[in-house]
Amino acid sequence: MSSHAPTTAAPGRASAPRTGLRRLRAGAPAPGRRRRSWAGWLFALPALLFYVVFNLRPIIENVQYSFYQWDGIGPSTFVGFTNYVHVFTEPQLLDSLLHAFYLILFYTLLPLVFGLIAAATMREIKGKLTGTLARITLFLPQIIPGAAAGVAWTWMYSSNGTVNQFLHLIGLGSIARPWLGDYTWALTAVGFIGTWLQTGFVTLLLMSGIGGIDASFYEAARLDGAGPIAQFRHITLPGLKQQIGVAVTVTIISALASFDVVYLATQGGPGYQTMVPGIAVYNLAFTANRVGAGAALAVVLALVVIAVVLPLQRLFKED
Amino acid sequence: MDTRSLRARIPGITLVAIAGIYSIVPLLSMLSAALAPKGTYPAGLSWPTHPHWHNFIDAFRIANILTLLKSSTIIVVGVVPVAVLIAAMAAYAIAQLNIPLGRVFYLTLLMTLTVPFEVVIVPLYQEMKGFGLLDSQLGLILPLIGLNMPFAVFWMRAYFVNAPKELNEAAAVDGARSWQAFWHIHMPLARSSLASLVLLMFLSTWNQFLLPLVLINDPNKRTMAGALQAFQSRYSTDVVLLNAGALLIMAPTIIVFLALERHFVAALLQGAIKG
Repeated sequence: MSSHAPTTAAPGRASAPRTGLRRLRAGAPAPGRRRRSWAGWLFALPALLFYVVFNLRPIIENVQYSFYQWDGIGPSTFVGFTNYVHVFTEPQLLDSLLHAFYLILFYTLLPLVFGLIAAATMREIKGKLTGTLARITLFLPQIIPGAAAGVAWTWMYSSNGTVNQFLHLIGLGSIARPWLGDYTWALTAVGFIGTWLQTGFVTLLLMSGIGGIDASFYEAARLDGAGPIAQFRHITLPGLKQQIGVAVTVTIISALASFDVVYLATQGGPGYQTMVPGIAVYNLAFTANRVGAGAALAVVLALVVIAVVLPLQRLFKED
Repeated sequence: MDTRSLRARIPGITLVAIAGIYSIVPLLSMLSAALAPKGTYPAGLSWPTHPHWHNFIDAFRIANILTLLKSSTIIVVGVVPVAVLIAAMAAYAIAQLNIPLGRVFYLTLLMTLTVPFEVVIVPLYQEMKGFGLLDSQLGLILPLIGLNMPFAVFWMRAYFVNAPKELNEAAAVDGARSWQAFWHIHMPLARSSLASLVLLMFLSTWNQFLLPLVLINDPNKRTMAGALQAFQSRYSTDVVLLNAGALLIMAPTIIVFLALERHFVAALLQGAIKG
């Protein structure tokens, strides 16, 4: 996630002057530091072991799988980039990636717009009880398991669920339908589950940031005759740069890599209308016995996440 | 500091109230369905005239909540303390002891921080099959510890990098070895960072869905979230029972959250900023 990762790949060059600096700062020659340093690896060893065996090795193996045709049990054949070609030519797989991007609108954009408006108009929640109540309700969607959110929304969207009940109430009964089973609207309906998951979190994050902006800036701007919009553009937005960056990054990752909510709400259906990469990987590897294709899609997903997140990190980096 | 009148604050209050209602309506909707008479197909959100609280007792039994609680607890207890401890040790070694190649290790962790779980599930499945650990809680605990390392080390390093290095010199003068300095001086001071990490990891482990789904066939050995899938596919037509069961399955997280609300919110906001 660090944007400076590629620039610091030369450890030998970087570490020598650093030890010197440290010694200078500590003001002592620190005898035997070199030897103690290698011994320090005893501290890092357990973490390294768990990380390599259960995280790094699987990642590398997954990349390896992606170049083979394999049903998961029998022998495998090297097929080069064929699996990647499949990812971008099979409509179902390509669509799953496009769906993931569409979900960003709902996981990221809507919560951000709402959160900015709410934070800018509210600035801070006054009162202890109100504050606690607001925090609890706004955070609940983040706390409950995504799988449970999937169940909750399956019920909300069902033909006589709350969403349709509400539509009838406001005179839009004619458009009521079982949303998650609707070919045209299912993906959008899933998207709004994401909006539900993220809005409270993003709003609280932005509010926590706005609390850190010096109130005198607003005072001064008002004296200069700046209206609310100008204040928003010139004080609030720049002041929230870091929080906005965080909100965008976190919500985009959860949109692209979504699994549990969608799995329980629709399993990718009806048809493939709500198929997302996570579910497609799962299905390819564990029900269609196309391990290589699943692995390739997973690699593409990871690359997409990195390709989206790295520029964002740079964009929102603190000056 | 700010003398804006109540009137000026009404739009903001309204917006936050809308967001708050939006957040809890799905849960209220589940509750109202869960209290309807069994076997009926209730309307979305309606307070039943005769709430059937007994549905929860039935769901408790049918969904095997006690077994699931036990299973989730075993998994959390297996993952969180070990992962937090070894991550803190590694972060200490990287940030305080300046171990050689520590920076390479750290950057590798960072580079894999955003790798989605989808990338590792297939190889992990094969690996666990090889170890003979499929369908066991240990076979879920071990990978979860490993998968938590990038974030956990990153989190603890952010603390240790700012922790005063003089503490080590002082400890060295006292003849204390690194381990004693770490355990008796640094760990107590890192309490609040450790506590936030424990909360975040508890939440992500307890709510973990994809890994238990893939690695454990028997829903009774999964996390509660993972078991929800089996429960849903079996009772998808019984709206009352499904909602009662789903509410029970999310109850533990909600109760822990309500009890530690302040800490959770702080940890989640802080976690996002650091991440």
